Amino acid sequence: MNWGVLLFPGSNCAEDCFHVIDKVLGKPVTYLWHKDTDLGDVDAIIIPGGFSYGDHLRPGAIAHLSPAMTAVKDFADRGGLVIGICNGFQILTEARMLPGSLLQNKGIKFLCQDQTLKLDNTDTPFTSEYDPGDVVVFPIAHNEGNYYAKPKTIAEMEQNGQILFRYCNADGEVSDATNPNGSINNIAGIINRAGNVVGMMPHPERSSDAVLGLSDGKGVFVSMLKHLEAKHGSDQ
Amino acid sequence: MDRINKMSEKKSGMEEKLWIKAGLTDSEYELLTSHMQREPNTVELALYAQMWSEHCGYTHTRPLFKHFLTTGPRIVQGPGENAGIVDIDDDEVLTFKLESHNHPSAIAPFQGAATGVGGIVRDILAMGAYPIASLNSLHFGHPGDAGHTRYLISEVVHGIGEYGNCLGVPTVGGELRFADAYKGNPLVNAMCVGYMKKSQIKKAIATGVGNSLMIVGNLTGRDGMGGASFASKDLDEENEEDRGAIQVGDPFMEKLLIEACLEVFEEDYVVGVQDMGAAGILSSSVETASKAGNGVEIDVSLVPKREEAMRPEEVMISESQERMLLIVKKGMEDKVNKIFHKWDLHAVVIGHVTDDGLYRVLEDGKTVGEVPVWSLMDAPTYILEGQEPAHLQQTRSFKNEDVAVPDDLNITLLTLLGAPDICSKEWVYRQYDHRVQMNTVVKPGSDAAIIRIKDRDKAVGMTMDSNGRYCYLNPRRGAQSIVAESARNQVVSGAEPIAITDGLNFGNPEHPEVYYQLEQSIIGLSEACRALDTPVIGGNASLYNQTPEFGAIFPTPIIGMVGLVKSLDHITTMEFKNAGDFILMIGETRDELGASEYLDQIHGLVTGDVPELDLELESKTQKFILEIIRAGLVNSAHDIGDGGMAVALAESCIAGELGAEVSFDLDLRSDSLLFGESQTRFMLSASFESAEKIIDLASEQGLEAATIGRINTGNQLIINNLDNILIDVNIADCSEAFKTGFDKMMKTDA
Repeated sequence: MNWGVLLFPGSNCAEDCFHVIDKVLGKPVTYLWHKDTDLGDVDAIIIPGGFSYGDHLRPGAIAHLSPAMTAVKDFADRGGLVIGICNGFQILTEARMLPGSLLQNKGIKFLCQDQTLKLDNTDTPFTSEYDPGDVVVFPIAHNEGNYYAKPKTIAEMEQNGQILFRYCNADGEVSDATNPNGSINNIAGIINRAGNVVGMMPHPERSSDAVLGLSDGKGVFVSMLKHLEAKHGSDQ
Repeated sequence: MDRINKMSEKKSGMEEKLWIKAGLTDSEYELLTSHMQREPNTVELALYAQMWSEHCGYTHTRPLFKHFLTTGPRIVQGPGENAGIVDIDDDEVLTFKLESHNHPSAIAPFQGAATGVGGIVRDILAMGAYPIASLNSLHFGHPGDAGHTRYLISEVVHGIGEYGNCLGVPTVGGELRFADAYKGNPLVNAMCVGYMKKSQIKKAIATGVGNSLMIVGNLTGRDGMGGASFASKDLDEENEEDRGAIQVGDPFMEKLLIEACLEVFEEDYVVGVQDMGAAGILSSSVETASKAGNGVEIDVSLVPKREEAMRPEEVMISESQERMLLIVKKGMEDKVNKIFHKWDLHAVVIGHVTDDGLYRVLEDGKTVGEVPVWSLMDAPTYILEGQEPAHLQQTRSFKNEDVAVPDDLNITLLTLLGAPDICSKEWVYRQYDHRVQMNTVVKPGSDAAIIRIKDRDKAVGMTMDSNGRYCYLNPRRGAQSIVAESARNQVVSGAEPIAITDGLNFGNPEHPEVYYQLEQSIIGLSEACRALDTPVIGGNASLYNQTPEFGAIFPTPIIGMVGLVKSLDHITTMEFKNAGDFILMIGETRDELGASEYLDQIHGLVTGDVPELDLELESKTQKFILEIIRAGLVNSAHDIGDGGMAVALAESCIAGELGAEVSFDLDLRSDSLLFGESQTRFMLSASFESAEKIIDLASEQGLEAATIGRINTGNQLIINNLDNILIDVNIADCSEAFKTGFDKMMKTDA
């Protein structure tokens, strides 16, 4: 069960994702380089957070044109699991692999805090470890995390169960008051129609190592792992 | 250059001498001509002017550094390299340093602060280390007073965040303090900590005649011209014209530089590394050559530039950011370049190491300047005569009786909790990515930030502390107190203090009162560092922090301290954990109101003497605290600092969302008991059995310790003395005051 972490110039959460797969899950993981067109033998791809190409032009606007992204699209078209976290989410929307886009936070400031999230659709390869309505804590750290899509798109996504996480308070209440960045419908994480590509602003990897006091996020990676193992038959 | 020259002209009036324009004195000019045995040309003059500035040459501070303890069992590298290094066992080391970027931040706060972070991170990178955390110490005027101050705060915080966040280096702690003394001249000091294996240590040395000097990273332009000398004079309105001396940061470039450099360092290609900071190519290459006893020659025409027609001296002293100097083994240049190319960067040979001990500048192969390397490093030093500041006579005569005890002490406590220096700084640190790299065990807002070392059962405590008011009222004891406070912040977090880096922020040292403050502060720092066994492994001096309108800043030595948490089990935080736990206070409370936050905030007085500090007792008490924490007896620990006992108690209640009732039996003024800042005191909580053990152990060691009350599930903080209720306040109100203080301050309309 090989995992790949895609590395762009300016990625800065790649080591963190690598650490979680390697040390917390104990599974084989390798870095993928943005200039490569052959991603090798990987079963899941993580597009990590950071400031690819320094966020020049717009977050993700340059990275999504990288040679490796063509290969990631092919991989996803073949049903491979792809998760983009923070800048990775921005890259996936720029690549049109996910609908919508990420605008500047409503507070026009970078925002780093431990954020409570409410699980919506848990019937996906990324969220099967959770129950609908679960409230979890993942850190957020972004300047452009304000999710926007056209009302029609949002309506379709809501109907199709494409919303995985919403910003909420500790009691699971989802409202404007519990929305840190202005995202439409408090959307924090979404999945594509085919159910194999996820983008989310919160960082599940930062909430996966119990030493740091947060471990709710591990479920995302464990869900993915279980899905892959079921698909391939447990070979690890 | 031209702009700066013009400025000097204005200041010196009629002077037309070139060296005066360049910032050198007549005697310095005489000295350099005797070193050269001839008159310098304009290129050579520029070399001396930069290298002999206070910023590069430490002309006023160097003679005072002799006081510092710089060695110890854990000290691998003391002052003299890009940053000092300490041993944290298992063949692992940390390197850390702080640096000021005060003048640039006063004029262009966003870029000034951003490039301050960039510069200190490169110092750490130059040691061969991966930067694992940043901290910063910021000082401003009172934001409520002036829109300009709020602008400075917003921009500085934005600049630090933008740069550090993009790099992926977590900003994990520091401090933010306010006083009118910083109104015209804010302080922005940034600290970076790096991690590496002992075998990965790099030095800033140009060994091996024939080896190549390679410049890597950014292009060289006219930004940051003469920044070193800009930092070495007073700030005044004309400095607006010095914008040319302010650098522009590109954190993306720095991120690539970090990745590429660390990849190159894994191979055996490089003999020396130096960051290009103040005075750019010049100082970086002079320092590496001097250390090796070699000469160097550099051809300015080989330097990749972003601007046309730069003069040789402009290329040499440009402070364009995100550049490093590598001393590369002869024949390895292509291999180095290949790695940089992978990261879409260039690495270009600009010169070579020579054996003649000369610093030679060429342009298109033709020599345009040539001076002895040693002479550039031999900046003259000045030992001046200090004079006790006139205000001290008056401030020392303060008596507690000069102020009345407030009628409603609850209101006093709430006011202090919302006061600028004490209130929560979440407004600031939520703009910093403090979790990237996944090592932040204790995040900003606690006594010390705690960063774990992956795959090991150990962590690192990091703190930055200062107290300009203390040092203004008693430079020597004030400086001692800062070191003691920093070390307290470490031990309450479970860390054993290892070493410090110091940032000496003062006014113009040519003023006898300022020189006195500088000298006394350094002596105080040295004394405390010796007593607490925390050697000084490096630092930074920023003098000339004053403006015609507001005068000199408070004398502000800033301490960056690193401590070792020997097991993750030792990590302790300030918040009360369990209702029913007993609250203990270690240390003696005296009738000391002088220099306190309380006098400043409640009575509007910056006066009195700094509380007594017995360094021997401090050391003994800190060892005791660490001992009981390591023994697992302590559930929460907090140092008693700004705002005194009542504030410390309230902070532990707020963070733990628990109530508490404590009682004293002390014949003291109520305000001294509640808000006085007697030193060497700690607030702990522990189970009944542990509390008993702690009291026994303390009495065995002859230390003052008392169980003062218990934590409860209620919503009140109650403090009694001699059967009187002094404080009975709602925790939610405390929390509200503490958490909204900063936002309110930033929203005040000027």
